[in-house]
Amino acid sequence: MKNNKSKLQPWALVRGVATVALGLGLTACAATGGHPKDPLEPLNRATFQFNEQADRFVIRPVAQVYDYAPLPVKTLVGNFFGNLGDIWIGVNNLLQGKMFEALSDGGRVLVNSTVGLLGAFDIATELGLEKHDEDLGQTLGVWGVGEGPFLVLPILGSSNFRDTLGLVGDIYADPVIQHKEVATRNSATGLRLIHKRSVLLGADTTAEQAALDKYSYMRSFYMQYRLNQVYDGSPPRVKDFDDEDARADEPAGPAIAAANADAVTTLPNLATKESQE
Amino acid sequence: MTKTLSLLAALALSLGVQFAAFANNIAPDALVKGVTDDVIAIVRQDKAIQSGDTRKAVELVETKVLPYFDFAHMTRLAVGKDWRQASPEQKTALTQEFKTLLVRTYSNALTQYRNQVIDFKPLKAKPEDSDVIVRTEVRQAGAKPVQIDYALDRQGDGWKVYDVMVAGVSLVTNYRDSFGQEVRAGGIDGLIKSLKDKNKQLETTVQAKK
Repeated sequence: MKNNKSKLQPWALVRGVATVALGLGLTACAATGGHPKDPLEPLNRATFQFNEQADRFVIRPVAQVYDYAPLPVKTLVGNFFGNLGDIWIGVNNLLQGKMFEALSDGGRVLVNSTVGLLGAFDIATELGLEKHDEDLGQTLGVWGVGEGPFLVLPILGSSNFRDTLGLVGDIYADPVIQHKEVATRNSATGLRLIHKRSVLLGADTTAEQAALDKYSYMRSFYMQYRLNQVYDGSPPRVKDFDDEDARADEPAGPAIAAANADAVTTLPNLATKESQE
Repeated sequence: MTKTLSLLAALALSLGVQFAAFANNIAPDALVKGVTDDVIAIVRQDKAIQSGDTRKAVELVETKVLPYFDFAHMTRLAVGKDWRQASPEQKTALTQEFKTLLVRTYSNALTQYRNQVIDFKPLKAKPEDSDVIVRTEVRQAGAKPVQIDYALDRQGDGWKVYDVMVAGVSLVTNYRDSFGQEVRAGGIDGLIKSLKDKNKQLETTVQAKK
């Protein structure tokens, strides 16, 4: 009997795995919008759900508590981490061939680390040295590396293959994460995360209210946001083929309108079939 | 006496004509700046909006901002190629529901206004252009400026906004993926229904808050 049972166990395991895989496959069929840049959608949606829960029960509440701190304190925290970040931002501007911006970033670090009391005050911005926003993912983008498939990272959220590769470099170069003393490193990393999250309080409710499907809303948001960053705020205006299509028969005569109405009546049948599968 | 009267009448008439001409020929960047300044001046003085009164914010947007937006164009952009399948009635319904959704969600942003300064970048456009982008930046002490761009196109009597981009993200085309999902799952009517449900749900949360 005992033997039998132990023989059965691996089978049960295989069956379990198979069931889960089948289940995943099925949900994949049902859920995948077939976005060409998101082949990993089922996995991404799962990670996204995990992140939503982590945010709802841990990160957001902590950020809300942090947000009670007086504004000057929060500004100081933001400035301090901002100053540390400016070094790597400058390096990335250098890597992208933007010498003027790189020099400006270097100037920012010099001014803010000295006159700005170790980065507590952002004197450089007052002096007209604007803060930039760069990272290795953007540099790779400028070099022509494609973004690759969309990827949701645990806790860190939306990314793609290119930006994840960039992130590995960013982490290697991050003075906070690379700090030798573990206790300081951990609390500083945590504080920075919470500070960044607190800045988004308010915007997150807007996203929540605006989205029909928050996952695809955030995915589209990330793709447009990163493209804008790679092009430093002025991405090329590409022809919108979907809109050209939509516009094509805009001054539609009654005949075309009727044809369209026909197309609509047949469509739901097709669609329900698909969703039943 | 009659002379002065007719003179006054002529003056008033010419003034009126000039004013109408001004309203028609107003440049897109001047239009955006005018509306923005107008709205901010009101929010600055309205304690109710500042303390989170969504209903009042929606009212302000409806009277001051909406006349300069082309929601049919925005909806077509958001729906993308599926727009062709929609009947005229469905197009009207889609536009109505999408307009309600956008106004509800983004009017809320006005309640978060705290003395930010808005910079208007010089307009890069030729006089004959009929489709332009007006670039602005919202500056706030201790934070990175946020880029907000408006896309406008010329329509007979003036310019209309058909897209708003925050940090490079179009508030309109950001919906295209999820709209596409809805259309694939339940057709155009399915999308209309989802939008209606969403708006109803938002309406109840606004009421619950009050």
